[in-house]
Amino acid sequence: MMPRTVAICILSVAVYAALLALVPVIGGNYETRIAISVAMFSALALSWNFIGGFTGYPSFSTAAFFGLGSYIGALAQRGGLPAEVAWVVATIGVAGFATILGAIILRLKGHYFAIGSIAIVEVTRLIVSSWGSVTGGGDGLNVPLMQGAPDVVAARVLFIMLFIMLAAFFTSVAVDRSRLGFGLRCINQNEDAADMVGVDTTRYKVASFTLSALFCGLVGAVYASWVGYIDPTDSFSILLTVKVPVMALLGGAGTLAGPIVGAGVFVMLEEFFWANFLQWNRAILGIIIVFLIFFLPGGLLKIQYGRVIQRLSVRFDQWRYREEVN
Amino acid sequence: MDIIQILLNGIVLGALYACIAIGFSLVWGVLNIINMLHGSFIILGGYLTFFAWHYTGINPVLVLPIVALLLFALGYVLQFLFINKVVTAPVLTTLTLTFGLDMILYNLMTVYFTATPRRVTLDLGSISLGDVFLPVDRLLGMGLALILTALLYLVMRGSRIGRAIVAVRMDRQAAELMGIRVNRVYAITFGIGALMAGAAGAIFAMVFPVTTNLTGVFLGKAFVICVIGGLGSVPGALVGGLALGIIESVAGYTIGPQNAITVGFLLMLFLLIVRPTGLVGVKGYE
Repeated sequence: MMPRTVAICILSVAVYAALLALVPVIGGNYETRIAISVAMFSALALSWNFIGGFTGYPSFSTAAFFGLGSYIGALAQRGGLPAEVAWVVATIGVAGFATILGAIILRLKGHYFAIGSIAIVEVTRLIVSSWGSVTGGGDGLNVPLMQGAPDVVAARVLFIMLFIMLAAFFTSVAVDRSRLGFGLRCINQNEDAADMVGVDTTRYKVASFTLSALFCGLVGAVYASWVGYIDPTDSFSILLTVKVPVMALLGGAGTLAGPIVGAGVFVMLEEFFWANFLQWNRAILGIIIVFLIFFLPGGLLKIQYGRVIQRLSVRFDQWRYREEVN
Repeated sequence: MDIIQILLNGIVLGALYACIAIGFSLVWGVLNIINMLHGSFIILGGYLTFFAWHYTGINPVLVLPIVALLLFALGYVLQFLFINKVVTAPVLTTLTLTFGLDMILYNLMTVYFTATPRRVTLDLGSISLGDVFLPVDRLLGMGLALILTALLYLVMRGSRIGRAIVAVRMDRQAAELMGIRVNRVYAITFGIGALMAGAAGAIFAMVFPVTTNLTGVFLGKAFVICVIGGLGSVPGALVGGLALGIIESVAGYTIGPQNAITVGFLLMLFLLIVRPTGLVGVKGYE
């Protein structure tokens, strides 16, 4: 991307984050909760973008990293570590897990990689739910709650999530402008050719997989501290693992701000449908996905809005002309 | 003998598993699409069978072909209207699309059928040979599953459409040049995938309770079986299904049923990395 476009992009994201940070001042608990959701999913979608957007590997492992992060964080806190230290432990743990895992499953491509990455979610969930002596099994785990009044805690969680979102975003910007980002885009276009011209594909892919896991682990650990209770079905949900790529696709996969736009729009839509069509909520999300695939294949940021307006105005003129003739 | 009983349970389960996975394997092999709708197709077949049996009292074995045909029509229409448009797109697109369609179908089923577990009760008793003990309804289910699998094998080997499907699977462009209407073959293949899923669901409803919560479980089984057996071939799915059935049965006995599922997934990951063509698969279809 051109330096100027990047600057505009960074500026808009900074303004957006500042506006989100103001939500607890203006709105109540409900609005703050939505803002936390927006920030959290933005961070997750930005993470996915490293492997799914830049590198073009269809990864559906998000829920595995998120769930592992929340469990490592919860267990570390129950073991007596302060929350902040537990979050760092979770981040490092998940990053290590992803590095080892990536070295193994990134040898797969296309459909096999997709299936493998979904299987990772299932395996981690099954192991966590059957290892009852450590993880509490299907009963879940209680996590020490954060100290303070509910609204203070919510505001604090929001700031932390926003911080993670910005960290993920600035990492994306840095990766995008670095050798690593260039290599990842090469892999996306043609892995064999990238390999031929000297891109160390294995190392680059593992790096991008690790980046995609790291922030998910951190988000998971913070989420666990916030809600105070986690269980395997919620933490390793297959819905989450598909929802996050959908958000990135909605905004525009492989773009810098796309995942943030997509996550914001998606969370708002979801909130609206939860509130108004509780029974049909899942079907409506399904319809959004179908609509997205057919009508917005490049995402919201890749629409050429100028041309859309031009075409609409042509239509409008034709319509008016017909009205006059009649 | 315990070991014979365990193996027998595994084989009965494995025949059902083969039936579950065959449609999924066919769609993946021929259309190159990971069909996330598959689990819901199975449950839909199960529910339709249950309600037909519950309200009219018709023998579920007779309901099965009707349910299967209904599912074929549903699969054909879904493929024709939606999936054909993106059939050459990367896996991220096709997987997400079928997941979206699955969310819609799943929601419709939970609203109209509710998530209550339903089961056709046939009360056929059971037979025992020495220490080995087998309920007759399970034997019936296994028999039906094997008959369906054999039928599909014959259709793929002997019929015009079967040969066309195999031709498209081998080389889409060449098949097109030979005058095969590829889009129609795709729609029919997807229809057959749904048909086999519906039939498998109907059989399952006679043996185990079915509920919408099981869609993900069935889908997971289909993944594992496909990778164990190899893609797009009937024998592959049969081998994969039987292997998984026996593995789960043995593992369930030795290390507990919960861990048995984990073993299945771990085996799948292992095979994915070591031998992505599956036990009886053909090279070159990755």
